[in-house]
Amino acid sequence: MSFPWANHYEPKHPLMQWVDQRLPLPRLVYNAVGAGYPVPRNINYWYNFGVLAGVALMIQIITGVVLAMHFSAHVTTAFDSVEHIMRNVNSGWMIRYMHMNGASFFFIVVYFHIFRGLYYGSYKAPREVVWMLGVVIFLLMMATAFMGYVLPWGQMSFWGAQVITSLFSAIPLVGETIRTWLVGGFAPDNATLTRFFSLHYLLPFVILGVVILKIWALHIPGSTNPTGVEVQGPQDTLPFHPYFTAKDFVGICVYLMLFAIFVFFMPNAMGHPDNYIPANPLSTPSHIVPEWYFWPFYAILRAFTINFLWIPAKLWGVIAMFASILLLFFLPWLDSSRVKSTAYRPMYKIWFWVLVVDVLILAYCGGAPAEEPYVRISQIAAAYYFAHFLIVLPILSFIEKPLPMPNSIAESVFAKAGHKDAAAAPAGAAAAPAE
Amino acid sequence: MATHPEATTDAADSVRRRDFIYVATGAFAGVGAATVAWPFINQMNPSADVRALATVEVDLSAIQPGQAIKTIWQSKPVFVRNLTAAEQTAARKVPLSDLRDPQTLDERTKADHHNWLITLGVCTHLGCVPLGAAEGENKGDYGGYFCPCHGSHYDTAGRIRRGPAPTNLVVPAYAFKTPTLIEIG
Amino acid sequence: MVRFLGFGVGLVFVLVLLVAALLPRDDVPADPIKAIHEHPRSAHWQQDGPLGMGVFGTYDRAQLQRGFQVYKEVCSACHGLRLVAFRNLSEIGFSEAEVKALAKAKDVPSINSQTGEETTRPALPSDHFPSPFPNETAARAANNNALPPDLSLIVKARPNGKNYIHSLLTGYDETAPKGFDVPQGLHFNPYFHSVNIAMAKPLNEDQVTYADGTKATVDQMAMDVVAFLQWAAEPELEKRRQIGVASLIFLGILTLLAFLTYRRVWAGIAH
Repeated sequence: MSFPWANHYEPKHPLMQWVDQRLPLPRLVYNAVGAGYPVPRNINYWYNFGVLAGVALMIQIITGVVLAMHFSAHVTTAFDSVEHIMRNVNSGWMIRYMHMNGASFFFIVVYFHIFRGLYYGSYKAPREVVWMLGVVIFLLMMATAFMGYVLPWGQMSFWGAQVITSLFSAIPLVGETIRTWLVGGFAPDNATLTRFFSLHYLLPFVILGVVILKIWALHIPGSTNPTGVEVQGPQDTLPFHPYFTAKDFVGICVYLMLFAIFVFFMPNAMGHPDNYIPANPLSTPSHIVPEWYFWPFYAILRAFTINFLWIPAKLWGVIAMFASILLLFFLPWLDSSRVKSTAYRPMYKIWFWVLVVDVLILAYCGGAPAEEPYVRISQIAAAYYFAHFLIVLPILSFIEKPLPMPNSIAESVFAKAGHKDAAAAPAGAAAAPAE
Repeated sequence: MATHPEATTDAADSVRRRDFIYVATGAFAGVGAATVAWPFINQMNPSADVRALATVEVDLSAIQPGQAIKTIWQSKPVFVRNLTAAEQTAARKVPLSDLRDPQTLDERTKADHHNWLITLGVCTHLGCVPLGAAEGENKGDYGGYFCPCHGSHYDTAGRIRRGPAPTNLVVPAYAFKTPTLIEIG
Repeated sequence: MVRFLGFGVGLVFVLVLLVAALLPRDDVPADPIKAIHEHPRSAHWQQDGPLGMGVFGTYDRAQLQRGFQVYKEVCSACHGLRLVAFRNLSEIGFSEAEVKALAKAKDVPSINSQTGEETTRPALPSDHFPSPFPNETAARAANNNALPPDLSLIVKARPNGKNYIHSLLTGYDETAPKGFDVPQGLHFNPYFHSVNIAMAKPLNEDQVTYADGTKATVDQMAMDVVAFLQWAAEPELEKRRQIGVASLIFLGILTLLAFLTYRRVWAGIAH
């Protein structure tokens, strides 16, 4: 137990005692998301996105299982079965629009969550494994979302599958073989659709498993917090329940409101009209784009336009696109600054916001047609993306002089709240070791 | 809790828990969850295209006396049989006391159309499709229908006479729209 | 070690990208079509409700029926509506008997129950609209190698669908700029992506006679048929907006309650 002062589960009711001795599930919940899990008292609303990602995953799984009851995974019937869901199945349109927009919302939440982690140094020791499991989840999400988008077998489904699986053909020597194996033919067809359906059903449960591992790993050191100073004693924390359940519930309500606006009033705003045209292997849409959440990576893929060092441009793009995500695994070691919170890193703070803008620019270019000036802009933006993680961060770690930090979470909180609260703090606070 | 600077006493805590705002929030969230649950349950009910097939029309003009046809209604087989005069007489002659599920032929057919026996082709025992509707099939010992699964015999009015089936073949709701056109359902 | 390796990899990526960015670009000649092509005009759609926000608007049943008449008498000669069933027409205000009659007037493929040969039979309300051509090849053969798209989803399948189709249907009267040759068998329409469209001008003044006495101008017919096609693509629209408004009101109150709960729980807690 990393927090000796955490509340202990002591069931009072004889039935709960009986259950606890046989299957201590209530105890597990109590210690995981109940009163038995101490959380830094100063975490802000940006820390809601972890729970929101969990909510988004559950919405996707529930609506997805329901859709699978009505979907028909065959190239001749897939498109019509989706329209059958939209037109004939009771409330089918609502469930399908929830699933469609739920995917986009899942990514929105996860992107906020990732940038929150970058801002508050959540990837640094002792939370490297928490971060790396998060990157694994992100990769699994991308695979799941891509395969799910293929299932309605519309024009963008088909051509998206064509383009993305073609990436693998860039691999020297074995590329074509791998691609043929991947799609089960010479081009995406029925074999592709059925295997994508199978995997699209499987992967969310794999994600759920990794999420459980991630929460487990997180509970060892606990969350970071806006000061970046680690928890030192009971004066720094509050129990998850009721304090953070109440706070997360507010976030969930706001999230559901935004979700409802999209589902009920602009359900196709984040989709592409071409996917309401049945797949036609003989006619390519004039402008193929992936779903918006892939745009930054799509921009990096297309930014490589020249053959260099005997490596063709296509292979450069594929390597760079995968590298842009895989480098996140090494982030805990690329950034060696001991200071976690960006609030006390004056130089990194600037670079952080440059990265945010940079990724937004990449996203814009990824959604734009492959013509000037977008190509040139995306080349410069992609260059910064790599430079940020691989060059700027390691150098900053050496040259940056951090601002003075508070000695403890409690100190920063009570200084902000004023003397009244500080006077009310009991002896426990004073007994905490000073850093 | 006691170690927290702002922790309230247990007594004060329990008063707070009974607070109106908590009850209201909990009740509201509960109602919302139940409302959202309904579409997820209802989606498993028959969809609009299935419900649209709840009734079918059957043209009787081509069915000669003594002949029967099988048709489909709500994904189940329906036997439409044009009884001969002899078959009707045979059915009427049976005393009701001999029957497991006492019903007369007149009760099982429509007035002025007693020659038209319309039943579900579903054995009331365990749901097999009885034989006897098609030409040359085994009509059982009573000249009606015979279920090969467990040996139920039905007579010319579709009534159970021997075998494990508990009740007569079901007569679906139907109506004559013209003398040669019925609507089932 | 990771940092040195990363530094090297980073330098290579940055170098390749910056070289690519600095290389001069080939001159791309301006696409002449782009200068002629026009974006759809925004029309006023009553089903989008006040302010065109699409929150409270409902379909006008009379307009949908007029639109259906235009589809039936004009469009359906070449364009299918295969995802819509005749029974769906009861949602736009046709009675059960009218739906039956409308279905019966169309033939759908069937099998002769005696011989097993392919034949046709009058449609039932549960049947979908039959497509005018048996397959894509036949459709292309009959239309100078152009494919008339199925219209069931057309409003959702085109960017800015309603305005696009309305502009397209009313955009035939604009003349091609001087020196622009319209290829043989095609028609000039600046709203079409290639500005040359295979479909001839489909709507002319008084082409249909509306039963409710509405004057059948080209614009009126275009508005009506687009409204009908939007209904065909989004039959759930009215229900969707109703449930949406109700759920937003509910969630608004719940959010307020959640916030009050949060305030109460955290009362007196410094954070």
